[in-house]
Amino acid sequence: MTPAVEIRDLTITFGQGRARVKAVDSASFRAAPGEAFGIIGESGSGKSTILRAITGLNDDYTGDVLIDGQQAQKPRTKAFFKTVQMVFQDPYGSLHPRRMIRATLAEPLEIHRFDRKDDRIAQVLNDVGLAPEFAYRYPHQLSGGQRQRVAVARALLLEPRILLLDEPTSALDVSVQAGVLNLLDRLRRDRGLTYVMVSHDLRVIAHMCSRVAVMTQGRIVEELSADALRDQRAETEYTQQLIRASRGTAHA
Amino acid sequence: MTDLPGSPPQSTLRGWLEAPGATSPGQARAQAAWRSWQRLVANKAALAGLIVLLALIFLAVFGPALTPYDPMAQNLSERLLPPSGAHPFGTDDLGRDIMTRILYGARITLMMAALVAVIAGPIGLIVGATAGYLGGWTDIVAMRVVDIFLSFPSLILALAFVAALGPGIENAVIAIALSAWPPIARLARAEALTVRKSDYIAAARIQGASRFRLILRHVMPVCLPSVVIRITLNMAGIILTAAGLGFLGLGAQPPSPEWGAMLASGRQFMLTSWWLAAIPGAAIMVVSLAFNLLGDGLRDVLDPRDD
Amino acid sequence: MTDTLLEIENLRVAYPSAHGYTDALRGISFSVGRERLGIVGESGSGKSTAGRAAMRLLPPKARVSADRLQLQEIDLLAASERQMREIRGGRLAMVLQDPRYALNPMKTVMAQITESCRLHTKCSRAEARDQALDMLEAVHIRDPRRVARLYPHELSGGMGQRVMIAMMLIAKPQLVIADEPTSALDVTVRGQILDILNERVEAEGAGLILISHDLPLVADFCDRVLVMYGGQIMEELAARDLSAARHPYTVALNESLPPLDRKVAELTVPEHDPKWLEQRR
Repeated sequence: MTPAVEIRDLTITFGQGRARVKAVDSASFRAAPGEAFGIIGESGSGKSTILRAITGLNDDYTGDVLIDGQQAQKPRTKAFFKTVQMVFQDPYGSLHPRRMIRATLAEPLEIHRFDRKDDRIAQVLNDVGLAPEFAYRYPHQLSGGQRQRVAVARALLLEPRILLLDEPTSALDVSVQAGVLNLLDRLRRDRGLTYVMVSHDLRVIAHMCSRVAVMTQGRIVEELSADALRDQRAETEYTQQLIRASRGTAHA
Repeated sequence: MTDLPGSPPQSTLRGWLEAPGATSPGQARAQAAWRSWQRLVANKAALAGLIVLLALIFLAVFGPALTPYDPMAQNLSERLLPPSGAHPFGTDDLGRDIMTRILYGARITLMMAALVAVIAGPIGLIVGATAGYLGGWTDIVAMRVVDIFLSFPSLILALAFVAALGPGIENAVIAIALSAWPPIARLARAEALTVRKSDYIAAARIQGASRFRLILRHVMPVCLPSVVIRITLNMAGIILTAAGLGFLGLGAQPPSPEWGAMLASGRQFMLTSWWLAAIPGAAIMVVSLAFNLLGDGLRDVLDPRDD
Repeated sequence: MTDTLLEIENLRVAYPSAHGYTDALRGISFSVGRERLGIVGESGSGKSTAGRAAMRLLPPKARVSADRLQLQEIDLLAASERQMREIRGGRLAMVLQDPRYALNPMKTVMAQITESCRLHTKCSRAEARDQALDMLEAVHIRDPRRVARLYPHELSGGMGQRVMIAMMLIAKPQLVIADEPTSALDVTVRGQILDILNERVEAEGAGLILISHDLPLVADFCDRVLVMYGGQIMEELAARDLSAARHPYTVALNESLPPLDRKVAELTVPEHDPKWLEQRR
């Protein structure tokens, strides 16, 4: 089966001359349609940089980004964004502070000339568990969890098949995180979405994803199943260390 | 599992404005405006500035109906009269009633302030937001042009434009507007630079938004508050520049009752008839101060970041 | 925990808001001795406010009242601002979440640590330098002389947090309040930083309050735990019993965490129940 998302030898460098660093060093993975694929790594490991390259927010990369087996064009076309959408880490930063939620949600519909805007907005708000009145709020009137639900709603409006999730719950309390994770999981199953999810939190990744790539210093050092992660069957020293730290047994 | 908004809307207008959750776009906007208004009212100095400016607009509109005199009619038998019941601000060297001239002059001052704001504001905002968001060559070229304009004191620059265009109130307005937009452009650019890397811009790009749309709908609304504040604060300077041009004989031409020109012609009588210079001078000061106070207050109103 | 270091009784904090005052703390009481006390809760639970109130570091507009706020023989409520300056950093130290914001960006590591040392102990410049280098070594910095010359932006997160610990503990405080000291750090360095903090606190025989949102971390690290919610202490229990807590709020929090040892179909989302506030233990 053709993978929904595939990256091959993706390399991204930042800076010039002596300050040149490889943020991502020939990374490759495949995510099958309907699968939740996870990337775990610590700050600066390059995991979020991969997502930004897939979306074309940064198209200064070498290697291939394939969506449904097709090479993604540089720069990305409008049609691309109807297939691939992204949810950002910080719900406080990803919603325009001066625009009403309705304006934020209407935007993708205007750009792609969708009809029945108000119906679609009410429907998508319902899908993410928010009452229709939330359309008439400003971001500062919402809690972190509600904002992240709005961000998910925005990503869903264009009815994409692939959702990139950049630490979608790391800014939230655990009790709020549980609700958002359940929502994301349900949406994937109901709509057959493909997820590529990035996180530093092993618990979140193991819960949400079936397969996980472990990144450190720009390289994918290991790919393993979530079951292997839970059973602590990691091959590389780094992954084992990560698992130990996450289980809270790293110190006396 | 649906998050419900707060209590149902109340029936009074105030209840409608302060209801915890809006139920229509109109109500949401009205509520946002209402919160801004309350922040403005809380700042007494800004409120005072606003009241002075509203009074100025009132006088500019209804001024002619409040005075029996003609601002241009000379009456040499009544020249240089000190303030009295018949002439509250006295008369000038040609026997014209100074209060009447101040009232008519308010129209000129307001018209100039409005024109400059309408010309300089949009130019500065568009240039600054575009340069800041696009970066690269656009930014370099735009900012060097701004630097050139900024390297001249604005009165000198305005003088040069008036010298080239010829004296007169219209040319003075154009000259002041041309010297007023560069600082606004620089300010808008600084704001645009801080937002171009933000997640909400990235999110809009992922929706497929064009550059034009990003600048117009996302970057500019963020730059707008500081531009409005800046223009309001600059207004005092603009009025003073206009008065300065009038004073130098390069702005409004006699017998126009422009405040700066009045101040200039009253100068030679300053030692014997103080009111000729003091009254227009005081008018310029009060209006400048009002704009400054209001501008300061707008900072609190338009920056809802710490709501 | 033989002797009590800090004793708090019925501490209330309220902030002015649009409609009168909003309570941040609704009367909390606890005491801490030479032990590791954890305070856990979610954002808005009041856990950080509690730490800051003990340091008297709340903004002036906050309305604070307590029946008792005692650091050994000192009544913190009655202490003057001048006395508080000596107590803060001297007898009571605070380690903050993000060293990038808590360290002065314009000063070298050495300058910051010696300043803290000279403020609270009467020692010469040379003594302060020696002590600072010893302290950097004590927080397991391999090359103290090199690191001492660096500026905060040249440090990694873990290194910055070690420097902060060195700076806060050099005056040998009796009680250290650590407010989310590891939340800004990578998982693999969290353990090291906590170990260092613990080592220093034990070596000085001081008490430690660890404020965190991370239940497993607190369960693992502390001796005793206070669970906070809505500005109140929900329950107090031994840290090792945290996973077997019985208060419905703590239970709900534990269940909402994705488990690492098994696969669950759906996470339990806590339904916030007003009754929780009445079921205090």
